[in-house]
Formats: sequence, structure tokens, C-alpha cells
Amino acid sequence: MSRDRTVPALAVACALLLAAAPLAPQWLVFLLALALAKGLVVLGLVLLMRTGLVSFGQGLYFGLGAYASALLANRAGLADAALMIVAGTACAAAVAAVLGLLLARYREIFFAMLSLAFSMILYGALVKSSALGSTDGFNLHAKAFAGVALAAGSERRLFYAVSVLLVFGVAWLLHRYLASHWGRLSAAIRDNELRVEYLGASVYRVVYLNYVAAGALAGMGGAFAALAVGHVDPETAYWTTSGEFVFIAILGGTGNVLAPFLSAAIFEGLRTVANQYAPNVWQMSLGIAMLAIIMFLPGGLWTLGRRGKAA
Amino acid sequence: MNPILVAEGVQKSFGAVTAASGINLSFERESVVSLIGANGAGKTTFLNLVTGYLRPDRGSIRFDGRELSGHSPREITGFGICRSFQIPQLFHSLSVRENLLVAEGIAAAERAEEATDAVLERFGMVQYAAQPAGLLPEGIRKLLDVAMALVAQPKVLLLDEPTSGVAADEKFGIMDLVMGAVRGAGVTVLFVEHDMDIVARYAGRVVAFYDGRVIADGEPAKVLGDAEVRRYVIGEDAHAAA
Repeated sequence: MSRDRTVPALAVACALLLAAAPLAPQWLVFLLALALAKGLVVLGLVLLMRTGLVSFGQGLYFGLGAYASALLANRAGLADAALMIVAGTACAAAVAAVLGLLLARYREIFFAMLSLAFSMILYGALVKSSALGSTDGFNLHAKAFAGVALAAGSERRLFYAVSVLLVFGVAWLLHRYLASHWGRLSAAIRDNELRVEYLGASVYRVVYLNYVAAGALAGMGGAFAALAVGHVDPETAYWTTSGEFVFIAILGGTGNVLAPFLSAAIFEGLRTVANQYAPNVWQMSLGIAMLAIIMFLPGGLWTLGRRGKAA
Repeated sequence: MNPILVAEGVQKSFGAVTAASGINLSFERESVVSLIGANGAGKTTFLNLVTGYLRPDRGSIRFDGRELSGHSPREITGFGICRSFQIPQLFHSLSVRENLLVAEGIAAAERAEEATDAVLERFGMVQYAAQPAGLLPEGIRKLLDVAMALVAQPKVLLLDEPTSGVAADEKFGIMDLVMGAVRGAGVTVLFVEHDMDIVARYAGRVVAFYDGRVIADGEPAKVLGDAEVRRYVIGEDAHAAA
């Protein structure tokens, strides 16, 4: 039996990324911060996929998290990044707690399409609301972190370092969760809901909890992304954004909590390179990459290592 | 002692098909009862009615004095009625050990790991522990399905054809394991079975179904010798097996 090296791997990755905070060039810090934010959303998606559900609407919570944190800074004047992250997460979790009551009853394409529909409602509302900048969105600027005022210029690096710590804390918690009874139960639900009920557990309750957790993670990712970019717009809730999360999840696979971050970093890196060198064919190259993954690595990039060991 | 499970006037139809037509049965504590009958006679329907998967159109089913109809399978499992399935219902991507751990976790068993080891040992599945349930041989799938139903230490255990799809020489082995596991634990066992040798060997009482009705009920020798049973149940079986 192979030993689970996830926790040491998490620690090493965390240390490396932290070391990059003061050293890496600005563009790389930005890219990594965005990858971490999206990785968080995908982490939630992985939790849902382990339960057998694919959401094409995580943009809803990503957008909610981004707008909630941005509005707190701009309209309520509470431009403290720590508060903004809490607000983004809480807002998304609250909406997920309500919508989850309905969505936890649905499966497969119905679940996917309903979640997509809800995200498009938010997108439509954001586009129509001129007070929130309509399709342009608006800028935000955090002035402090947990009460400590931020020196201009260094805040991006600080947010990044904080993201690294928080994200890896969350990833570790999710790793523990997946390895616990609840994680096994989620996989059992994916395999056979009837048997889970006949063993005496509520499928609905587990699906609901996982849905709310995924929503909260997406909201937190949205807040991180808003802080990293310094701007929010309705695109955050658009279906292509949700599709991107699904893409990253499939690219990385659901085998490990590190996979979403690795995959998100590759995705953002690819996008950066492609934007520069092949702006017209970059989506096509993504499509080809997806085809290759589905055909040759159905378990995602994460299974590459395992294949090597098995061979 | 009062019976643990009582069905009174239980009626269930699916369109024009009557799957249970006024069934009256009561089961004593710690008895081992076999339900026999041809395919479509209403045996599995009866199990589905008891476990809340189906709701009777009329009549009542009481467990320890508590009305069961209207409760979900999950709630009824919580009351202490567990079942296994004719087609094993497993978590195919999880290993045998994980399948059992899920069951242990749901039953909120203390020391789930050790309890799982004990079950693996008892059912002779140690060598399969790490295998995904989806890749098991049929006999082991069946065994795991039954073992999972036993994890919660039910008061009533319902087995739907525990030996179907199992090689002839393994059938007695499975039943011996199950009976060994429930012996002395105060469990009432109801098992649906087509193999009359198994019925004769393990059941203390046999209930024969035909067309949604109970046509015979009593000691195995008496029921298996009954003319109607021989014609409608055993005759049909011999015909189907031929």
C-alpha cells in the first residue's frame, strides 16, 4: 500500500509559494495569485465531483464572492482585505445554503443545468445594474489587512502570501475531510445512493453540506481573485467562467487536493503564454488539450505520477 | 413474547398487477424464516414494503409495535431493520474495506477500523480487502453485500436471495457465515430463497407466496410437502431451472 504523501506535499508547495512572494517578478505573483483563487473554486468543484455532481454554475459563487468583497470595500468603506475575504465567503455560503435546499434534490444534467441557470440570473442582474458598473464592473482597492494599513505597491505581494497560507490551510482541511468518514460517504453516494440510504445515512444531507462548502470555497476564491485583480465585472459569473472551472477540474483530476492548484497554475500559465504568442488560437489549443486529457488521462494530470509508478 | 414484525392486510398493486394481496404475517423474535415463491409471487415486494421502499396501498406493517408504512428506508434502517439485495448494492469504486468502513461510519460504530478487520476476517474477505468492489467475483460481492447489512447489528435482517448467482458449492458457505454471524445476537432473519436445499437446511419456518398471497406457512417439512406449494412454487422453479 502506498503511503499518502499529500500533507508533506502540501507543506512543500506552500513553502515554495511563500518563498516566491518577495522574490518572484510581479507578473508571476499575479499569475500565481489568480491560480490560487481559481484553485479554491475548483477545490469546491472537486468536492462536488467526488459526490458525483458537476456544477456548471460555480461562477455564481465566484461572482458573489468577488462582488461582495468589492462592495464592502467600495460602498461600505470597509477596505480591509481580511474582512473582504470573510464577506465574500460568507455571502456565497449564505446563498448556497438557500439554493442548496433545492439543488441537493437534483442529479446529473438537471443539477448541472439548474446551477448554470442560477449563475446566469446573477450575470443578467449584474449586467443590468448600472449602479454596479454594468458590464464594465468597477475597481476596488484594499487599504488594510486585518487592521494593519498597507503600504502602496507591496499589497499585491502581501495578499498573495496571505492567499498561499489560507489556501493551503483550506486544502489541508479538505484533504482531512475527504479522508474522513464524510469523504468516503461522498464517494459512496456517487457510486450508489440507494445503498447509502439503506445503510441509514441521508444522501440529501451530505449532498447539501458539500454543495454549501463548494459554494463557500468559490466565494472565497472570488474574493481572492477580486483582491488580486483589483477589479470586478459580470464576467466572473458568466457561464464561460464556470466552464473554465470545470475545465481546470477535469484537467487536474479529482484524485488529490493539490491537483486543482497545479491544474489552475498550468491553465493560467498557458493562458498568459498563449495570449502573448498565439492570441487567436489559444482556445483551440485548450480544446485540444482537453481532448487529449479525456482520451489518454481520464483521471486528470494528477494520475500521471501514479501511471509512472505502476509502469 | 410478542412478535417483532407484524403485517396486517397488506395490499399493494402496480396498475393491474397485484403484488401483495391482503398479506397477514407475523414473525417471532430470533426466528429464521424463508420466503419462497416463483418469480413475481411477491417476495421481494414484501421486503420492499417492510423496508419502506414501497408504501402499502392498504394495511399496516408494525415493527416492535411501531407503524412502518410512511417511513423511508433510511428511517426504517435506523429502527433496526437492515437488508441485503438480490443484485449486490455496493460502492463499486471503493475497496471492500472502504465499503465496510462506510457502513461502520454510518452505524456510528466505535473503533470502525477494528470492527472492519473483524468483519473481513469473519467473512473470509481479508485477501480482497484492498480490491475495488466493482472487480470482485460474484460470490464475494454477495458476501460483502450481506456483511454490510449486518454492520449496524440489526434486529431484523432481510436477505433477498442471498445465494443467487453464487456457485452451487459456495451457497452453503455463505449461509453458514451469515447464520454464524447472527447466532446469539437476537436477530430475526427473513430470507428469500429459490434453492429448496438451503431453505430446508436453514429455515425454522417457511412462508410460500403465490400471486401476491401467502399460500402456505409453517414448518419447512410441512410447507415444502404441501401440494399447492409443490405445484406453484417448487414445480415452477424446477421448470425455470430446466
